[in-house]
Amino acid sequence: MKYEAVIGLEVHAQLLTDTKIFCNCSTKFGAAPNSHTCPICLGMPGVLPVLNKKVVEYAIKMGLATHCRINAQCSFARKNYFYPDLPKGYQISQYAEPLAEFGHVDIEINGEKKAIGITRIHMEEDAGKLLHDEHNPVSYVDLNRTGVPLIEIVSEPDMRSAEEAAAYLKRLHEILVYLEICDGNMEEGSFRCDANISLRPWGETAFGIRTELKNMNSFRNVQRALEYEIKRQQYILDDGGEVVQETRLWEDGQGVTHSMRSKEEAHDYRYFPDPDLVPIDIGRDWVDEVEKNLPELPLAKRERFMGEYQISAYDAGVLTVSRALADYFEEVAKRSGKPKIAANWVMGDILKFLNEEKKDIKDCPITPSALADLIGLIDKGTISGKMAKDVVEQMYQTGKAPTAIIEEKGMVQITDESTLSKIISEVIEANPEQVAQYRSGKEKVFGFFVGQIMKATQGKANPKIINDLLKKMLTKS
Amino acid sequence: MELNQLTIHELQNRLRAGEATALEIVQALFKRIETVESRLKAYISLMKEDAFEGAIRADEAIKKGDINPLTGIPIALKDIYCTKGVRTTCGSRILHNYIPPYNATVVEKLQQAGAIFTGKTNMDEFAMGSSTETSFFGATRNPWDPERIPGGSSGGSAVAVAADECIAALGSDTGGSIRQPAALCGVVGMKPTYGRVSRFGLIAFASSLDQIGPFTKDVEDCAIIMNCIAGYDPKESTSVPADVPDYRDFLSRDIKGWTIGVPKEYFIEGIDPEVEQAVRQAIKVVEGLGAKTRDVSLPRTKYCLAVYYIVAPAEASSNLARYDGIKYGYRTPDSLDLLDMYKKSRSDGFGAEVKRRIMLGTYALSSGYYDAYYKKASQVRALIKQDFDEVFRTCDIILTPTTPTPAFKLGEKTDDPLQMYLSDILTISANLAGIPGISVPCGFSGSGLPIGLQFLASHFEEGKLMQIASAYEKNANLEKRRPHL
Ligand SMILES: [Zn+2]
Repeated sequence: MKYEAVIGLEVHAQLLTDTKIFCNCSTKFGAAPNSHTCPICLGMPGVLPVLNKKVVEYAIKMGLATHCRINAQCSFARKNYFYPDLPKGYQISQYAEPLAEFGHVDIEINGEKKAIGITRIHMEEDAGKLLHDEHNPVSYVDLNRTGVPLIEIVSEPDMRSAEEAAAYLKRLHEILVYLEICDGNMEEGSFRCDANISLRPWGETAFGIRTELKNMNSFRNVQRALEYEIKRQQYILDDGGEVVQETRLWEDGQGVTHSMRSKEEAHDYRYFPDPDLVPIDIGRDWVDEVEKNLPELPLAKRERFMGEYQISAYDAGVLTVSRALADYFEEVAKRSGKPKIAANWVMGDILKFLNEEKKDIKDCPITPSALADLIGLIDKGTISGKMAKDVVEQMYQTGKAPTAIIEEKGMVQITDESTLSKIISEVIEANPEQVAQYRSGKEKVFGFFVGQIMKATQGKANPKIINDLLKKMLTKS
Repeated sequence: MELNQLTIHELQNRLRAGEATALEIVQALFKRIETVESRLKAYISLMKEDAFEGAIRADEAIKKGDINPLTGIPIALKDIYCTKGVRTTCGSRILHNYIPPYNATVVEKLQQAGAIFTGKTNMDEFAMGSSTETSFFGATRNPWDPERIPGGSSGGSAVAVAADECIAALGSDTGGSIRQPAALCGVVGMKPTYGRVSRFGLIAFASSLDQIGPFTKDVEDCAIIMNCIAGYDPKESTSVPADVPDYRDFLSRDIKGWTIGVPKEYFIEGIDPEVEQAVRQAIKVVEGLGAKTRDVSLPRTKYCLAVYYIVAPAEASSNLARYDGIKYGYRTPDSLDLLDMYKKSRSDGFGAEVKRRIMLGTYALSSGYYDAYYKKASQVRALIKQDFDEVFRTCDIILTPTTPTPAFKLGEKTDDPLQMYLSDILTISANLAGIPGISVPCGFSGSGLPIGLQFLASHFEEGKLMQIASAYEKNANLEKRRPHL
């Protein structure tokens, strides 16, 4: 039978605030265990939470960027369960009254646009981490991460393939990073994804029985896990079986999902409003203020680049992958006045250099203005495009300005016609055979002469002048 | 009169006049503690060394003229407040060895005001109880009759004040835990408005009901303590940023022309005739001071107990989840795995009443029951508050008995939780509505047990409570008695 997959994603994103959501401890990753803790995030008896307003601001940003309604009032609830990494025995989250609802994110698959609904975005605190001793039956608790602010972004079950899910996830990631509210690091867990997936026969509208997938810590794994799970469920259904509602873990090494806990074992979280926190009123003024300071988002930027700089959809996509890269390109384009050429340089040489060293555009040794200068020098004919390839490499290695490199290496292009005429006549004289061939109509040998001239000038001859002069001189006598 | 028998304001006068030293006060107190404590068990932990050091420092400060509102005044703290470096048990085995790394806001405030701490007083385990019998450290006894309970949950604080084992004390009131023991021990006890005093560092029982307040020997002392502890705390999200008046200003004002509401629902069947008589007598006293009394109705009173016993256990079931044996407190010495460790640590660490309430609360919040119990209770709670708002539109104060009966005997109600819960029936509504209340002594029963009178006021009207309680206290002409020990 033919099936349709129904997929919804729950994404947890750590927010880049300096301090935790309910206390003043640092949120920095990688500190010595339990060094970023205080009585509040340790869940000591008698402590009380005080909300970090920055968390609300960041969450509003994400809500606006995904076209959500920002609720005028939202509140916190307690999610109760026992685990050693949860010092209070409950997580402060949002339940009945989330911060934002009813949004959407647009994705594009093979040129087809599709809107994926956002059910809700809410704020919550992260839990700590358990470290298991490899040799002894002992576990340690590190509570540095406890209380680091998270937003949970819950999608509608709108995705119909693993590919769509991956596209949606990438889009969310891109938006969070653009907003500079999350570093998006999946390996360190600052961007995490769980998936709900079920199958139903084609044409059916009711949902099938779903499983929840966890432990997929890269975009690739999300796609692989979903693809695997689609096949697994399909196999069960084709066999006349029934999918078991359960939580399954993705095992990266084996490329399979394993059952983690059944529906019966699922927690009853006993949500109720947290009496230690008062409801948050989010006035229109606050939302307007945040909206005013919202940066241009990737999709808008892409469309603007295509219109304003006349570059292709593909190029615009590459150049807007991060806000820093887009800013870099845009500055080169503006300073040089040659956006298309700027795009080629940035996407070509610059990204190649950076990728080789796994560096970020922010660490690029070539400033946008230096690259714009280089483009200007080619345009003026000071150097050839070919020479520029060498110059840009030097610029990347030394960080020097293009003019300095050109001067140092004596790389200035020869444009003086009398100098070039002299060299051309020398070449013509030295190769009578080829001259005869050319004159008898074999125009292909023209390239041979250009090569010889370039060789004689170590590539510095201006190709356009050579072209004109050579033609004239070959036909002349 | 011994120094430990005096009030804060009397001691302040003596200290300022150089007629007594803080050291003499502390010495007198600990002498008294040595004499009576073995019979009363008001304290879980004494802070004798701290108290003597504090007294010496206070005397030095007084000599220099550096006198703060509570300089040299010994105060007892219910063992529910976190005290940095001093064991804080909440009356429970599960915290029998817990030493907090920080001070509760009220502890900081009292310290800044110059107070000396005498110790941590006994209480029902996690403040769950009305008799101070559920403490892991044993029951506290009523100084007026050691065969009887002192009330609870702040029974230790009430007894410490009543038996002159401290000058004043702090308690916490979730359903009457200050006012009820104050009434049964013959002292003044106030529960302020929810949000008036910071709960930061108060070990939570039911967060939306808990409030901190003083036990004192008279209303003036109550005002002095309230002046020190009331006010907004940026560390506490539900504390209210409202101005705090000088409560002493209210003590000398009269109550002429006030309207006092007397709710018919508070003179219920089962109320002790001697209690009713003492309260009716008190009504005459306030009428004699120029106040009008009128019968009013709080129609949802009958739901208070049911609402309370859903909301409070529900919150408690979550608040007490942190006692899991992982980070601090009691952990079972032998367990098979994590789940086993949780089960054993919590089974052994908590007493029967606490476990009963955790189960009640867990049930009330569980999937499928939330709407019928917790949600419904929250809705009714809003209606109970409306009842009070309605009455306070026309009345300045509501007057009721504090408890239906004087102190009952130890063990009398321990096997019957419902009977025990009924002893809070007149105090619970104030917590549900978030309004302030005060209990002041209004006489004795035939067998010599104290009886309490409760005044309730609208939100943030603690001043009015001081005003009427002080006027009543001055004009009631009650017989001055001390417990014989
Ligand atoms: Zn912290």
